[in-house]
Amino acid sequence: MDFGIFAVLAQDGVTNGAVYALLAMALVLVFSVTRIIFLPQGEFIGFGALTVAALQSSQFPKLIWLLIGIGVLTFLVELGSALRQRRYKPLPRRLLMWSVIENLIYPQFIWLLAHSLDWQGMPMAVQILFTLAITVPLGIMIYRVAFQPMAEASVLVLLIVSVGVHFAMLGMGLFIFGPEGSTTRAFTEWSTSLGEMPVSGQSVVVMAVAGSLIGLLYLFFDRTLYGKALRATAVNRKGAQLVGIGTSQAGRMAFGLAAGLGTLAGTLIAPLNTVGYDTGFVVALKGFVAAIVGGLASYPLAAAGALLVGLLESYSSYWASAYKEVIVFTLIIPVLAWRSLTSGHGDEE
Amino acid sequence: MKMSTKKLQWLMFGWFFVFPFLPVPGYWITIGNYIGLYSIVALGLVLLTGIGGLTSFGQAAFVGLGAYTTAYLSTTLGWSPWVGLGAGLVVSGLAAALIGSVTVRLSGHFLPLATIAWGLSLYYLFGTIEFLGKYDGLSGIPALSVFGIDLSSPRVMYGVIWFCLGGCLMLVLNLLNSRPGRAIRALAKGKTMPEAMGIHTAQYKILIFVLAALMASLSGWLYAHLQRSVSATPFGLHMGIEYLFMAVVGGVGHVWGAILGAVVMTGLKSQLQDWLPLLLGSNGNFEIVVFGVMIVLLLLWSRDGLWPWVAGVWAKFHPPEPEVVAPAIAPEGYSDLPRRTRPQAGALILEVNEARKQFGGLVAVKDMAFEIRAGEVVGLIGPNGAGKSTMFNLVTGVLPATSGEIRFCGERIDQLDSRRIVRMGIGRSFQHVHLIPHLSVLENVAMGAHLRGRSSPLAAALRLDRHEEARLLFLAAEQIRRVGLEEHMHTPAGSLALGQQRILEIARALCTDPTLLLLDEPAAGLRLKEKEALADLIRQLKGEGMSVLLVEHDMDFVMGLTDRLVVMEFGSKIAEGLPAEIQNNEAVLAAYLGGVE
Repeated sequence: MDFGIFAVLAQDGVTNGAVYALLAMALVLVFSVTRIIFLPQGEFIGFGALTVAALQSSQFPKLIWLLIGIGVLTFLVELGSALRQRRYKPLPRRLLMWSVIENLIYPQFIWLLAHSLDWQGMPMAVQILFTLAITVPLGIMIYRVAFQPMAEASVLVLLIVSVGVHFAMLGMGLFIFGPEGSTTRAFTEWSTSLGEMPVSGQSVVVMAVAGSLIGLLYLFFDRTLYGKALRATAVNRKGAQLVGIGTSQAGRMAFGLAAGLGTLAGTLIAPLNTVGYDTGFVVALKGFVAAIVGGLASYPLAAAGALLVGLLESYSSYWASAYKEVIVFTLIIPVLAWRSLTSGHGDEE
Repeated sequence: MKMSTKKLQWLMFGWFFVFPFLPVPGYWITIGNYIGLYSIVALGLVLLTGIGGLTSFGQAAFVGLGAYTTAYLSTTLGWSPWVGLGAGLVVSGLAAALIGSVTVRLSGHFLPLATIAWGLSLYYLFGTIEFLGKYDGLSGIPALSVFGIDLSSPRVMYGVIWFCLGGCLMLVLNLLNSRPGRAIRALAKGKTMPEAMGIHTAQYKILIFVLAALMASLSGWLYAHLQRSVSATPFGLHMGIEYLFMAVVGGVGHVWGAILGAVVMTGLKSQLQDWLPLLLGSNGNFEIVVFGVMIVLLLLWSRDGLWPWVAGVWAKFHPPEPEVVAPAIAPEGYSDLPRRTRPQAGALILEVNEARKQFGGLVAVKDMAFEIRAGEVVGLIGPNGAGKSTMFNLVTGVLPATSGEIRFCGERIDQLDSRRIVRMGIGRSFQHVHLIPHLSVLENVAMGAHLRGRSSPLAAALRLDRHEEARLLFLAAEQIRRVGLEEHMHTPAGSLALGQQRILEIARALCTDPTLLLLDEPAAGLRLKEKEALADLIRQLKGEGMSVLLVEHDMDFVMGLTDRLVVMEFGSKIAEGLPAEIQNNEAVLAAYLGGVE
């Protein structure tokens, strides 16, 4: 292998690693705030990419139907829990009003927007923003419907719920988008070369977007009150509740962020890869491998793990392309062995 | 609550044996075959997840290992399927032992994540390897035959599959109702309690992971010879998830839930696959939406699955009877159970010498020194946060000491773990009770007798452990009588009052045949009568030559009971002496009532 190939593979690896890093961040965030292992992350990757693709081919983004449906369900769940608590406290009218706006009116507004504007001609950034406007509320609603009612359950019960949600969303994805995959327009045709190495504009965009998102997340957690509230919840749920941080709100915010990051990851890979309704799961699991390198707790280690996964994948696709996935997923065994040896004491459940 | 529903269980099982002789269409037999195959895998998951507390999404991969091993050996190499069975079990067992050993020491959620990655990785491997036929798989697998009798017809295979399932069921039920079985049940409660009973939790976790993999592998072997061909798809991650769903739907904590779950899920799947495409107007595996939603709803309403509900309805007509009963008279060989020789009264048994425990910059226990002599009842008291519990954890091996030494009967124990310390003769109870709520008092107490027996899991599964088991149960029953809980012998431990649960923990500790008994706030939350009963019990034990270290909060309780008191504040000893002296000690009064500034 000469230096040229080596460099191209490295560039590929870092580009994919940047996407995995985004996913790993989201997974660590959701796990530390809610103790939920967020397997449905993968569906957001596929749903995001396919929705942008639909907008670009001037089809109606059918994901909105799912948003409307789950919106109705969420409203019913909130209404139900308000009615059940009626004996102890009066109906929270304002909260229910908000629930109507968020879960019933907002999805219809999105539906109207999708119908009334010509999305095909819009710049890609606007298309992605509109996609986020569908997927982020979807993530929040899913937390509200499936996870919030049993937020105090054990990690393993939450994991099984997570798998259930993954199944349900995957099946709905098949129904909504069909079995065919799509690609989206390229971000840019621009390219350059660094010495001998050709640098594609696509890679630059992916790395820049991923890098700046990680920077933004850092600022969010470090500088804003919301971010600090999330961190406090991650450190100690009870303690956070006692100082007035709503852990349900923290959970919703974590899910919103994770859904958004998943969607962005999907749109970042879609120009180069055909993305189908079920592509995301395997991609998200690579994010998981990275997050596990960080013990599901450390952001910098998770990011390092993501780069490792990306590079491993790109070099193994050169030497043993058929075994690419096998190698990436088997990485988890030595990683866990290493964690097992260094951690010493097992945690109590 | 655990109920004996033996008749219901065997009725349910027996019906499946009658089934193939009925004039039912072949399609039903096929469904029945799959239910049997899936039940075997789900049974392993019940053992692993519901009873042992470890979750796996990767069982389908082990099914695949069993199926591909026999497929390769019997087609390419032309060996007998029976060799394939053995080879498949060896391959899966080794793989499970490897994965188990790298994950069981980590906290609970790493194992399921590892099994997901592992499941995917094996799936891709099956689909890539040349000699396994890539994604086309292997076909032309011979049918099973035994002594020249051909077993290829689906109705005959039905018998083979359900025979295997019956065998697995019997082995698992035998295993669970034994000394190693109680160790497995203790695993679900985390690490501290079982280790304090001398149970090697890591080994038992690996054991159940391997057992579950072996059952999956057996199912794969049957599948390969039923289907006569294998390909990667049925061993993918989604199937692994469906296996777990079966166990959860049926009732993941109940052996019979495995079959119930397999019946429900397989029946539902075949119906949904007929109806959903018609309803939705397109083809695809849409049943996963229903499965996903169903699992979420089920976990919202009842974490325990369908079996307890079925068993509850049945119990209305057939009142349950206790499943585990201790023999009424001492079984043969009971008096030969090894017992520790008691040290002479007054001999030094516990020495704590300059023991220190530091958490980062915080010194929780600061150079503590005290000793206990045989036959003494010593109280360790002090205000909240004085470091009593940390001191307790140092002696019981839950935490290693940072410096200093602790000696028990002359041997250093400050760096030993709790499993080894209980072996030396220190029994303990817990401040927050650690019980398995749905098991009877007898079974809970018998967990303490773990180190008094030695029967292996294999012997237990084959019922070769009955002599020893009778002795252990009699021993447990004797301790229960000793502490005065005999009328609750068969009550589920979780339904006792808190005070009785604490007494139960003392009985369990007594089963370990301790020289020194450590009780962590045994009187907390007890009513007056209960406190008096507890004090009587401790006096009685002292009369029998037992030494006791009480960590307590309640001054009145310790005053009348102890020979000597050690008082801690801010991690250090501030006083030591007879209870009457301590009552008038100014430093102690200042610590408890607040000093005069």
